[in-house]
Amino acid sequence: MLRFATWKLASVLALVAAAVLVILPSFMPAQAVDALAARLPSFIPLRQIVLGLDLQGGAYLLMEVDTASVTKSQVEALRDDVRQKLRDGKIAISGGIAVEQRGVMVRIADPAERAKALDLLQSLSQPIGGPLAAGNGRTLDVAQTDDGVRLTLTDAAIADKVRHAVGQSIEVLNRRINAMGTKETVIQQQGPNRVLIEAPGSQDTTALKNMIGQTAKLEFRLVSDPGDPPNEVETLPMQKGGGSIQVQRRVMVDGEDLVDAQQSFDQQTGEPDVTFRFNLRGGQKFGQVTSENVGRPFAIVLDGKVISAPVIRSPITGGTGQITGNFTLDEASSLAILLRAGALPAKLTVIEERTVGPGLGQDSIDAGKRAAYVGATLVVIYMIATYGVFGVFADLALAVHILLIFASMALLGATLTLPGIAGIVFTIGMAVDSNVLIYERIREEAHLGRSVISALDAGFRRAFATIIDSNVTMFVAALILYLFGSGAVRGFAVSLGLGILTSVITAVTMTRMMIALWYHRSRPKTLPI
Amino acid sequence: MKLLRLAPENTKFGFMRFRRVSYPLSAALSIVSVVLFLFVGMNFGIDFAGGTQVDMRAKSGEANIADIRGKAESLGVGPVEVQRIGAESDALLRLGVQPGGDAGQQTAIAKLRDAFGADYEFRSVDSVGPTISAELVQRGTLGVVVAIIAVLTYLWFRFEWQFAVGAIIGTMHDLLLTVGFFCVTQLEFNQTSIAAILTIVGYSLNETVVVLDRIREVMRKYKRLSTAEIIDMSVNAVLPRTIMTATTVFLALLALFFLGGHVIRSFSAAMIWGIFVATYSSIFICSPMLIYMGVRAETFDRMREKEAAGADVKAKEKA
Repeated sequence: MLRFATWKLASVLALVAAAVLVILPSFMPAQAVDALAARLPSFIPLRQIVLGLDLQGGAYLLMEVDTASVTKSQVEALRDDVRQKLRDGKIAISGGIAVEQRGVMVRIADPAERAKALDLLQSLSQPIGGPLAAGNGRTLDVAQTDDGVRLTLTDAAIADKVRHAVGQSIEVLNRRINAMGTKETVIQQQGPNRVLIEAPGSQDTTALKNMIGQTAKLEFRLVSDPGDPPNEVETLPMQKGGGSIQVQRRVMVDGEDLVDAQQSFDQQTGEPDVTFRFNLRGGQKFGQVTSENVGRPFAIVLDGKVISAPVIRSPITGGTGQITGNFTLDEASSLAILLRAGALPAKLTVIEERTVGPGLGQDSIDAGKRAAYVGATLVVIYMIATYGVFGVFADLALAVHILLIFASMALLGATLTLPGIAGIVFTIGMAVDSNVLIYERIREEAHLGRSVISALDAGFRRAFATIIDSNVTMFVAALILYLFGSGAVRGFAVSLGLGILTSVITAVTMTRMMIALWYHRSRPKTLPI
Repeated sequence: MKLLRLAPENTKFGFMRFRRVSYPLSAALSIVSVVLFLFVGMNFGIDFAGGTQVDMRAKSGEANIADIRGKAESLGVGPVEVQRIGAESDALLRLGVQPGGDAGQQTAIAKLRDAFGADYEFRSVDSVGPTISAELVQRGTLGVVVAIIAVLTYLWFRFEWQFAVGAIIGTMHDLLLTVGFFCVTQLEFNQTSIAAILTIVGYSLNETVVVLDRIREVMRKYKRLSTAEIIDMSVNAVLPRTIMTATTVFLALLALFFLGGHVIRSFSAAMIWGIFVATYSSIFICSPMLIYMGVRAETFDRMREKEAAGADVKAKEKA
């Protein structure tokens, strides 16, 4: 064992050199790395170690698309479709269309009419994913009941809608967040109905949550007249200053027809407002309604709350208008962003939030560093005190072990979290275990009367099986933790797992080489341990 | 240079004699742990219990704990827990799960920001809704179970079954006592605690494997000795290593406990406990199991004969 090929030594040295090069960028300022990356070919891995949000500060928001609200809007659309179909087919219904949790129900007294209605309504059920996608099932179950027809949304149809809603939400959120000018925010889908937002560096999540939490559904409706039938009127709260106002249920124009919105200032009062522009269709509709209702107030409704209800002074036919509402500058500009980005297709609920301010993040980095330095120093001193020159070898291997963990994390793009630092500190204590196993074995063999070289040889050989066995169990625990853990805990699993791999390499291979070199150089008669 | 030796050399302790003490003691402690878990319970953090936790720092002067509690309780957000952490200016505020499902948590955070935003910096906000906390409980439990099964499968392949049984009992013992530790100390049990538990399982098996490896080796060499003598001999032989490694890991964890900050203190405390328990159980629980299961040197011979015979049969079948 005390002979090894020069190429092995060379490759170990090359590995160490490569590891040093790989982690160098992590100690350089980000701009310097970018500048360097621009000049080097792209295959050279120039990566900095990614710090988790718990260390660099930032917000982690996990949001869920509300399936109930998606279903509800689908059911409402279905009710309108059914009404239209029956009207077109001139089928009389007894009473209204009853809205149920997952569908609608129409009563039709006459059996012949009922059969006709069933036929007609069957056509509302479409193949999921469009006419070309076969085998996914259909959107509706249409069934005849004792006194009518019931239409129920299928599970597959709702799942499909939720999937679409998630995809659309991500697009809308991307537009909103890009408009806010925050960099490096990650928005991605998680599972079938969830959206994950990771925003590094945002100090106050209130602004972020305001930006993503609003559906931003804009509607223009007429304020109700005493003459309106009561079932076509509803009372909505004012967004500011309390109070409420009665408005018509019918929406004149909605936010879907907006093509642009910008923060601007009111020409008379100088207050911040939002200038918007409709597309052709929206402009025409808006022009028509405003010219028919000059002198009446109309309400600008955002997510069910009335922003303001100005009186229509003259027909607005240019396709543009202003929204005023005692906005602050910030409010006006975020409203403009929201309107530009479009409405979310469904309500998103925050189901998990983890926010770390940059102050705490820095404190955690400092604490982690201190613990790592002190822990490593204690272990290093203890190893030298116990094993002398062999302890120095183990400590050198330990240094390379730490170097390799960081290098492999940088290469893999793994995220360093606070539990991850804890994992590294733990492996510092654990990494020398392989050395301890070997050294203790060498001592035992020497006590049995073996020569120095034979004791060294037997020590390495016999300890090896034990080292593998004991590390496999630890590695399996780390692997499982990675698979089942989430968030920062995964960081622990990563550093523990990588640490076990690198420690086996360094403690076995490197120490063996160092001891071999030492032996050939000093030719000792007795073991120093 | 005089080298430091924590473990005396060439010890001949009669470890196996202690099994008459260690078994009843461990059995009692395990039962106490289960009873504590059932009737006292662990202090589940928001990861598993759901709720909201805010780490806040006074913008000037000290954090006034009583004042924070009073103010927070008046917000109508249910029971409020406030405690000082680390520096004088820092406080940790915790709310239970709010009514109104996942959306309810966000309303509570908004209320807290309104009430304390002016005087306190919110250093971190963690909020876990009921959906996620239920999932985390599920995944945490599943993770621990799968980890144990996976590691034991490995042992089963690598060692004779009696050894694997010893390891299982030792691991369960460490697991129960760690649960007991969380019940007694009422340290917050959160996701990092699951990480601690799995690492303890890993460490415990690591210890066990080292001892069992040696027992197997010695058993093959000294067929005349009784099982207890063989085990004593093996445990004494690996004792310096056991103490050495436990000490290096302990030193690293000690640094983590005192310097690593409050976020991972409960993790480090559990790990330190785990190191002691795992070291104890590998010597006093796992190894004596072999005596109880009647493992002898001949067991190996018989097994090897059987294996050889099996191989012969297969070879014949092929031919």
